[in-house]
Parts: sequence; structure tokens; C-alpha cells
Amino acid sequence: MSNYIFRLDTRRCINCKACEVHCKSSKFLPPGAKLGVLITVRPTQVVKGRRIVAAFAPCFHCAKPWCVSVCPTGAMIRREKDGIVYVNKELCVGCKSCIVVCPWHFPQVDETSGKIVKCDYCMDRIDAGLKPACVTACSVHALSFGKPNEDAAKVRDSFGKSTMVNKDWGIKPND
Amino acid sequence: MIKKIVYNICRMCPAQCPVQVEVENEESRFVMGNLYASGINGALCPRGAGAISMIRDDERPQFPMIRKGNRGEGKWTKASWKEALDYFAEKIESVRSKHGAKSILWSDGDRSLNELHKAFMSGLGSPNYCNENSAGLSNVSNASFSLFGFDSNHFVYDFLNSKHVVLQARNMFGAIEIKDVNDLLDGLEEGGHLTVIDVRSNITAGKADKFLMIKPGTDYALNLAVIHVILEEKLYNSAKAAVFINDLEKLQNFVRPYTPAFAEAETGIKADDIIALAKTLAKAAPAVIWYPGQMAAKYKDSFYVCRTAFIINALLGSIGAKGGVAIAATPEDAGGKGLKKLTNLVLKIKENRADGLGWMYPHFEDKGGLLHLAFKAIQTQNPYPIKAYIACGSDPLSSYPDPEAIKKTFENLDFLVSMPYCWSDIAWHSDLILPLSPYLESDDILKQVNGLHPCFFIARKCSKSKFDTLPSWQIISEMAKRLNIVPLMFNSIEKIWAYQLQETGVKIEDFDKTGFVGLSKKLIYLKKENIKFNTPSGKIEIISEKMEKQNIPSLLNYAPKGKQSEGQFRLTIGRCSVHTPAFTRNNDLLHEQMPENKLWLNSTVAEKLNISNDEIVLIKNKDRSGKIKVFLTEFIHPEAVFMVHGFGSGIPPESRTKEIGVADNILMPGGLDIWDVSGGGLALQEHFVSISKIT
Repeated sequence: MSNYIFRLDTRRCINCKACEVHCKSSKFLPPGAKLGVLITVRPTQVVKGRRIVAAFAPCFHCAKPWCVSVCPTGAMIRREKDGIVYVNKELCVGCKSCIVVCPWHFPQVDETSGKIVKCDYCMDRIDAGLKPACVTACSVHALSFGKPNEDAAKVRDSFGKSTMVNKDWGIKPND
Repeated sequence: MIKKIVYNICRMCPAQCPVQVEVENEESRFVMGNLYASGINGALCPRGAGAISMIRDDERPQFPMIRKGNRGEGKWTKASWKEALDYFAEKIESVRSKHGAKSILWSDGDRSLNELHKAFMSGLGSPNYCNENSAGLSNVSNASFSLFGFDSNHFVYDFLNSKHVVLQARNMFGAIEIKDVNDLLDGLEEGGHLTVIDVRSNITAGKADKFLMIKPGTDYALNLAVIHVILEEKLYNSAKAAVFINDLEKLQNFVRPYTPAFAEAETGIKADDIIALAKTLAKAAPAVIWYPGQMAAKYKDSFYVCRTAFIINALLGSIGAKGGVAIAATPEDAGGKGLKKLTNLVLKIKENRADGLGWMYPHFEDKGGLLHLAFKAIQTQNPYPIKAYIACGSDPLSSYPDPEAIKKTFENLDFLVSMPYCWSDIAWHSDLILPLSPYLESDDILKQVNGLHPCFFIARKCSKSKFDTLPSWQIISEMAKRLNIVPLMFNSIEKIWAYQLQETGVKIEDFDKTGFVGLSKKLIYLKKENIKFNTPSGKIEIISEKMEKQNIPSLLNYAPKGKQSEGQFRLTIGRCSVHTPAFTRNNDLLHEQMPENKLWLNSTVAEKLNISNDEIVLIKNKDRSGKIKVFLTEFIHPEAVFMVHGFGSGIPPESRTKEIGVADNILMPGGLDIWDVSGGGLALQEHFVSISKIT
């Protein structure tokens, strides 16, 4: 797996599909190929009421990616420094082996070029200190992206502090 | 990556959210919400994300065109801008000399950023400027006008700080205005409560603490019962209410018969639920918002639904309160000065309007006009003929009911001009197409947004124009030069900006960093004592003198809706996240998301009709019909069917719009005449359809 964590806060997600459209728009993808997909099920009755349930599926960026092993031209690459799995378009011949071996069929075909496209976490954006397009412009900030340990540290910190605030030890939330 | 950030205002739907665009070599690479604007923080909805695919698309008018064959036949002559604008001026001049300037009509699709258009019409000498409000917000706007003396633009809904929000016939998470949606979600995370009232369990209902499914057309009964409970059980602060509200006693007497039990029989919502709703609202008061409706509340009595929604807010002290229906502060409230109005450049026209607004209908606020009545004037030539019509970013053939009837009306026009961003039914039907540059390819006038934090926003050109199109300010300037409207002959957008800013003390460089200029350091909540209602008494008036003078009751008795005839369904319409009605139907990325609209039909009803999911059925109203796929769900009221507004078969140059469901407005024969004289709105949801299998 890559060094990053990608999450969808389903309490905020309104199933609007902005993530998919931002992804495609930023990469100028033609109709057909979808890199990140928001998967939803029809309105469902759950205990608390009616809910629309969603999950976001880009690419898992596997630690030992089948797609990389099988690629005959070396076009599918796992970047050493952070584990992002991406396609070098120059080398891709469009044989689609990567799609066949991927248990989730994440790689897609760009039908205008005949080559493979896949989620690369918007590598160029990450290298520029930004976040992937889908996360950056998510309509409701439901998608988040980051380094798991940094993320965990923040959550632990705020949880820990909140327990102390509740104990009425004279500690204010911002201490 | 050598990219720069350019700030603009999204025009992919009427919400006009602030955006920032990553630009490389005069090309837009990525568009996202403005990172610095409150409630936006980079977020942008899918329609906004479709902006780049719109400018890259060849399937939009690429140059001015003059009609050659019959209207709608699709035969065009390519024209240069000089030829097209000379032709425009010549035709307009001929209509003006024959029938007078007032015989020229303009309609805008957008509700703001259109000051230059208004100024142009005044400069021309015509009072007949309209937007599409009479198919949209008229009832809300005029309900506000009748109670407070000002329209609903003076309010800002403080969703972020609200403790209980009621969304009635408002699919807020489906329609998506970025700031409102995020403010509400943030508010809910902080423990706010959301109640959704609708005929179907929409995306917003999926986030609600309480969803109340209501029998279509009965919202007014529910609202009256809620007022009944608030007043009878004294769930409001009567001393405070008496200071701000007139005629409370009359209201109390009026709502006495409208008990929760009565409302249960009408609406199907349990009396206990109605009482509980009133009580939980009262507990959260004044930080409560009963949203006064928008797109979907389109019944004959919807004006009164909106009025009663405002009255509930008023009783609970929410008008002007933090977390309630707050008053939008102006730059003046922040100690500054507002943008100078471009409409001040020309004299206001005193002539009577063709739609009757202001003289036949003095009880309406006079901003957006009543486009359906302007069409009536085209048809009947009464009160005077309308002979030329300019539709700017407006497509009434998609947004107004009964397009066939409208087209027939247009036969009386000598000149029909369209100014479209992309292909539309009216562009295809017009005599002259003056194609607008999409917003990414154009600068625009500055925008003033009043609110808790009043701001000015800038819209700067991001991409170079792909085709021979022009921004609207430039078209107006060129028209002004040809028709001798001297004050509007601007040679650059900078001159317009300088005019707008001249009294504000703000410089254009001040927009460079964030795309906007905030006028106050902190949020402004006007003190209740400082809120001035523009009514004769200065208070909120339950009994409106203006309405009573017109023999329109301030308090309308509820007319029971009775049982719907067997096999008939009320046609309800609404929005979705991935399309702006008609406008985006041919956008390749958005079309991919949702290529067609489906008909929501109750699954139990469908079983009786032997209709299965995804089956294509015949939907019919009188002599109008269409074929559409059904989406079966138990989450829609059995008496209603629902479809997303603005689909239908499109026009020949749009390759992606074949067989894409049904346009709701074709199923509304005679719909232009079904409107509410009390609120001005068209009652788009008073049409009934039958559904049958195709054999």
C-alpha cells in the first residue's frame, strides 16, 4: 500500500459525484474512463431513518501490485518514495493485462489514445504540495487524504484533550 | 508546473459560487471553489467541475449566426460580430420606430451579474426587463415582500449556527449551493437538527433526523397546523412577538380550525409528529430556520406556503436572529459603501410594464418581472404589443411550461435574439444568435454579495476564447455604440470595474490575493431594534394592506385537496447534483454522469400497474406524452411521480441528447395560465399524468 490514506466521511457525503467529475475534468479524460468512482446504493431504510450509502473507490495502490508485475513494457510503475502506482504513458501499449489481473479492475482505458489510465493520486499535485483533485474540490469536504500517522496524531490529540476538558480540570478546549 | 491562480465566479448554475482556476498558457487546467471564501474552502459541485469540458466542447455556437430558413429549421448564415451587431441594431431600431421602445423585451437566465443588461434595456427606453423568477422564486420573494416590505434577497439563512432547520420541498443537498450545503452540514455536526418535508425521500432526506413524507399539494395545511400549535400552546414569546408583528390576534383566530388532527387528514403526517415538530422548534428558537421553499414548492397555494413559513420563523423569533433567518448586511452596515450601480448610468423608465407588474399588480416587488405575462402580452398585444425579444442565457422553452404554446406566441415577434453560452432550444429557434463566451473565457462586472460578511467578488477571464464568442459586457458595449446609449459604451472591463468601485475605497488590486474583498472583520448580525421593515407600520404585517386592496386575502382559507382520480399522478419536478436544467444536458462529463432522467414511481403502485424497474413507460397528460424509464422506490408518495427538470430530446447540434428521457414542461399543456395572482409564481406542480405500459 502507498504511504497515504484516503477516506470518505459518509456522514458528510451527499453523493453528488463531484469527486468523479473533478477527477475527469482535471485529467481531461474522455467519457467512459473513470479513475475514482463513488459507489452508491439506492435509498435504504436503516435504523435511524432513510440513508443513501456511499463508498469511494479509486485504486488501492497495492504494496505488491499485480498490475506492475504483469505489465510487459514496464509502463506500470510503483513509485519507491511513497508507493504510488502509476502509468508511464510513453511505455504503455494498451495490452490491458493490468486490468485482467487487478482484482478490482481499477485500471481504465482512455479510448481516444487506447492507453491505460489509472488513479495516480494526482501525483503532480501531490509533488506540488497539493491534494488530489477529487479531495481538493469535494463539494462537502467529505473526502480526505493524507499521511496516516499524521492524521492519527491529530485525532488522538484532540480526543485526549477532549476527555480532559470533560473532566472539569479547568482545561479549556484550546489549551 | 508554471501555473497561476485566476479568480472567477462559476456560472454553471444560478448559484454563482466563487471559484479559483489553475491556468497554464491561457488555458484552464483545473477549477475548484475559492479557497478563502467562507463556507467554500475549495469545494465545488459537479456542475462547476463541468466548466472545462464545456469550453473544450465543439458543440456550442462558435460564431454569430443569422437565421436563413424558417424559425427552428436550423438553417444559418455565419456572420462576423460586426455584421451580426449591425443586423441587431438595424432590427431593433426598426421595431423601436414602429412600435416604440417598450415593445422590446429582455429575459435573463441568471438572477445576478446582470446589471448591465438592465441598464441596456433602460437605455433603450424599455421597462420590460425580466428574469425567469416567475418559474422559480417569485412566490418566495413576494411572500417576503408582503410580510416584511422587502424581498427575500434581504435574508441570509444562517445554517451554520442553526439548531433546527426545516427544509420543506427543498432538496438542498441535491440542488447544491456550496456555502449553504457546507454550512448546514457543519451545523449538523455541531448538534443541529434537520427535518425534511417532501413528497419523496430525496438526497437531503438521507441526512435528516426526521423525514416527514407529505401528500403532494398539502404543505399549506401542515404549515397552518404548525402555527396553530405554536399559538395555542403558547410556544412563542408573545411579548417580543407583539413588538415586531402586527395582527397576531387575527392570525390566531384564523388558524384556530386548523388543528393537527385536521392537518393529519390532509397531509398524511401524524398529528403527534406535527405537535412534536412545533415543540422541538420552539425549544431551539430563535436559532431555527423554516426554509420558505424554492424549486419544488410549486402549487397554486405555494405563495401561502411560503408566507406561512416566514410567519413560523417570525413567531419563533428567528427573523434577524443568529442561527435563524438573519438579515443580509450591506456594505453600508459594515461602515462602507456598496458598488455603484450600473443601472444608475441611465434613466429609469417610468412607462408601464407589459407584464402588469407595478400597476396591474402593485403588490409584487418589481425586480424580476413576470416573464409568463410578458409572453401573454406578445400573444394578445395587450396592454401593448411586444415585437422584439432578447433571451440572454435564458431558455424559457426549457424552463417554462408548454414550449409549443410559447413558440406559437413567438410567431407575433418581428425579431427574436438569443445570447446563449451553449446550444439551447431558444437559440435554435431564434433569428439571431450572439454567442456568449462561457465564464472561464470572460471577465465580468464585479459582484456585491450582502450577507453576514458582505463582500465584493471579481470574475476574471481564465482561458483564451476557443471560438469567436464575446463576453456579455462587450456585447452590451457594442450594442450601446450602435444604438447610441452613450453611458454604456465601455471600452474595457477595467473602466466598468473602476465605475463600480468609485465610492467604495476598494482598489482592483485588492482582489488579487483571494478574488474577493471582505468589508467587515467579523460577522454582522443586525440588532433586532435596527431592523427596518418596509411596511406601512414598520412591523411584520400579517394583514397586508397592498394585498387586501387587490382583493387578495392575506390569510387564505385552506382548500382541501380531496382524493386524486384513480390512475392519475401529480407530476413533481426537481433538481439533481450533476445537471443544471437544460443547460448541461449536452456537457460530456455531466451527460456521462446522468444521461437521462428517470421517472420515480412508488413501487407498490407499480406492482398494481404491472410495471417493473427500468421499464420504459408511456407518460401522458391530455394530448401530450413521452416515453421514459421508471425508477421504482417505496420512498415516494403513491400519488406523485417525480422527474428531474430540464431533460428531453435536445436539438440537432447536440449529439449527446438523443433519447434522454422526457422534458417535464412538455407535459404541462396550458401551464402558462396556471399561475398564482397572489404570489406571481407559475404553479408547475398542478399537472397530473397517467402512466401506462407500452405494449
